[in-house]
Amino acid sequence: MLADKDRIFTNIYGMFDRSLAGARKRGCWDGTAEILARGRDKIVEEVKASGLRGRGGAGFPTGLKWSFMPKGSDGRPHYLVVNADESEPATCKDREIMRHDPHTLIEGCLIASFAMGAHTAYIYLRGEYIREREALQAAIDECYDAGLLGRNACGSGWDFDLYLHHGAGAYICGEETALLESLEGRKGMPRLKPPFPANAGLYGCPTTVNNVESIAVTPTILRRGAAWFSGFGRPNNVGVKLFGLTGHVNTPCVVEESMSISMKELIEKHGGGIRGGWKNLKAIIPGGASCPILPAELCETAIMDFDGMRELKSSFGTACMIVMDQQTDVIKAIWRLSAFFKHESCGQCTPCREGTGWMMRVMERLVTGDAEVEEIDMLLDVTKQVEGHTICALGDAAAWPIQGLVRHFRGEIEDRIRAKRTGRVSAVAAE
Amino acid sequence: MLRRLYHEQPERFAFTPANLEWAQTIIAKYPEGRQASAVIPLLWRAQEQEGWVTRPAIEEIARMLGMAYIRVLEVATFYFMFQLQPVGSVANIQICGTTTCMVCGSGSLIEVCKQRIAPHPHQLSPDGKFSWEEVECLGSCSNAPMAQIGKDYYEDLTAESFGAILDALARGEVPRPGPQNGRFASEPLGGNIQPAGERAEAANASVALALALGDTVARITGEPILARAAAAAPAAAPKPAPAPAAALAEVEPARPAGLGAPREGGADDLKRIKGVGPKLEAVLHGLGYYHFDQIAAWTPAEVAWVDANLEGFHGRVTRDDWVDQARILAGGGSTEFSERVDRGEVYDE
Repeated sequence: MLADKDRIFTNIYGMFDRSLAGARKRGCWDGTAEILARGRDKIVEEVKASGLRGRGGAGFPTGLKWSFMPKGSDGRPHYLVVNADESEPATCKDREIMRHDPHTLIEGCLIASFAMGAHTAYIYLRGEYIREREALQAAIDECYDAGLLGRNACGSGWDFDLYLHHGAGAYICGEETALLESLEGRKGMPRLKPPFPANAGLYGCPTTVNNVESIAVTPTILRRGAAWFSGFGRPNNVGVKLFGLTGHVNTPCVVEESMSISMKELIEKHGGGIRGGWKNLKAIIPGGASCPILPAELCETAIMDFDGMRELKSSFGTACMIVMDQQTDVIKAIWRLSAFFKHESCGQCTPCREGTGWMMRVMERLVTGDAEVEEIDMLLDVTKQVEGHTICALGDAAAWPIQGLVRHFRGEIEDRIRAKRTGRVSAVAAE
Repeated sequence: MLRRLYHEQPERFAFTPANLEWAQTIIAKYPEGRQASAVIPLLWRAQEQEGWVTRPAIEEIARMLGMAYIRVLEVATFYFMFQLQPVGSVANIQICGTTTCMVCGSGSLIEVCKQRIAPHPHQLSPDGKFSWEEVECLGSCSNAPMAQIGKDYYEDLTAESFGAILDALARGEVPRPGPQNGRFASEPLGGNIQPAGERAEAANASVALALALGDTVARITGEPILARAAAAAPAAAPKPAPAPAAALAEVEPARPAGLGAPREGGADDLKRIKGVGPKLEAVLHGLGYYHFDQIAAWTPAEVAWVDANLEGFHGRVTRDDWVDQARILAGGGSTEFSERVDRGEVYDE
């Protein structure tokens, strides 16, 4: 288990003093000016060396992303935009950072903005997080009053302003270019890339969009060194990470752990085990709604990191899992995700707009068993036609859970269709 | 998803002076010429002030930000948090129904809403106090199942604890938000809490803010927030409280028998019932109700059915107490309102 001394988020449950004074006692804002004094390049190099990969789901190396920003300015301002539109079903980790450990994020915004030559940063929160916004705003105000933000932030000589902005309930705004559209006051419809945001992002200016957790861990990485951070987890998957345990575990929670922890250890140690015991486990969706489902037998030895999940043909995502026990109707669980993606499709690309609805309706019939067995393959074929044929990844995200379901639970789907036909439940399904 | 403006719109919209001032500070957060960025926060404040987003509000905000009406309409219809129809006067209850909450029992919460508020989402309860909807993942999955009520999350719910919250809201109270099962935030309940240490805060950040601000279900006008209990209690002399929504909704609605045509002597003037205008009278005739004695005989189950089936006027039978009024009028008596009608003060015919 991760030792308390190695935790980045020392107040993740908000039980300890949440004020600036309290955060400083726990180590936030310690020597920030000195970190900035190292210079842009040194900071970016250190973050690269730490092996930090984006915590929002895609796992793109954070330092590398920062290095894409133009070195000098051509007159256009640079922006850092923090993606706090946490809406992926099962994902509830950034919320805890923003309401309970906000100073990790605010300090990270200053450092990351400096490293990219940005004097302004916007944090885009999902609209439903009203109290989180208020808590974060209160923390930002404290920092302004203490001279940590604003002109000559922290006495570093760097002028820096940090603003909060919020959405109004659209999952698609978690896609970085849709987020920028929304921030500019339009419908959240993703933009074609290129141009990439690093060249033309917010208001047409060079912009980097990072997840909350990616930004919030950087101050500690820079204080303790890249080697400390990369000492956790397997190569290419290093660091510490917030994990979310949701669904049928005895004690659902958000917890910070070392990367590459085994799924079973994570669940047993922090989730209090599966409801009804490990044998009662049916399946786990490992990292948010778009990650393909894993049946119990694969969960036994699964390693929670980017490569571990890729080997199982799933994805690490945001590391916030949905655990389902034997009493769960997995087909219905995936149907609900299909309904989610249909609801959240922005409607810009036809394959996604039409496909998500189509897939949901077929899934609906698979739930009740009112379908033909051949339709399973037809559904699979349609998921392949949606996947990769849309501007953003929402089409892919809608396709993957269904592909995962068919890959591992085809027998159960077929049994249900047959049972409906004959009015009898086969031996397998009745087990 | 197709979302349209509500068919009945108010005449005008104006931000309160305090909200207008607030809007100026928001607009100033964005670079010159980029005022359109403020459209979502402004629409949101309009909703916080009025309860829902009206067409005049959309037009006013477009003028404030120098945007075309259609651009603001696009935004208002694209984002699901904008309520485009009137919502319950106390609260619009939003149940998270996505997978984690679903497997943890959000279905039972939705059942409670259907039975106690209204059969369909976005429909007002008979007393007009509540509406409900199922929403997509609210990002509180380790505290599933949960619901958002006003500004706050009520987490780790069961059908019982959720029902108790509705009861309290109906009484004009605001129950404490946050986890309802004794948890502090998203830590493992009763488990090993990491990092270890002495607790210094009394409540998690969300709950602490809710308790300090007291604005969970309040309309935001910039005026000081009245304690909900005070705001909800009618200032007028106490009259017998209408039967709570819960009691009414528990009975299985049943359609009262109607007539094909008025009896000999013609229909009664149903407009003498307070709350029934020419439009509602026509609706009632369409359903086969022409006489005071018909209405006076409605049972609670029948009242519930009519309440639910008055297109555009849900809940009016209960709200205006038609049955009692009809009983008096059927007996040849008169009410204060019917006398005014008789004197020609209400409708000009």
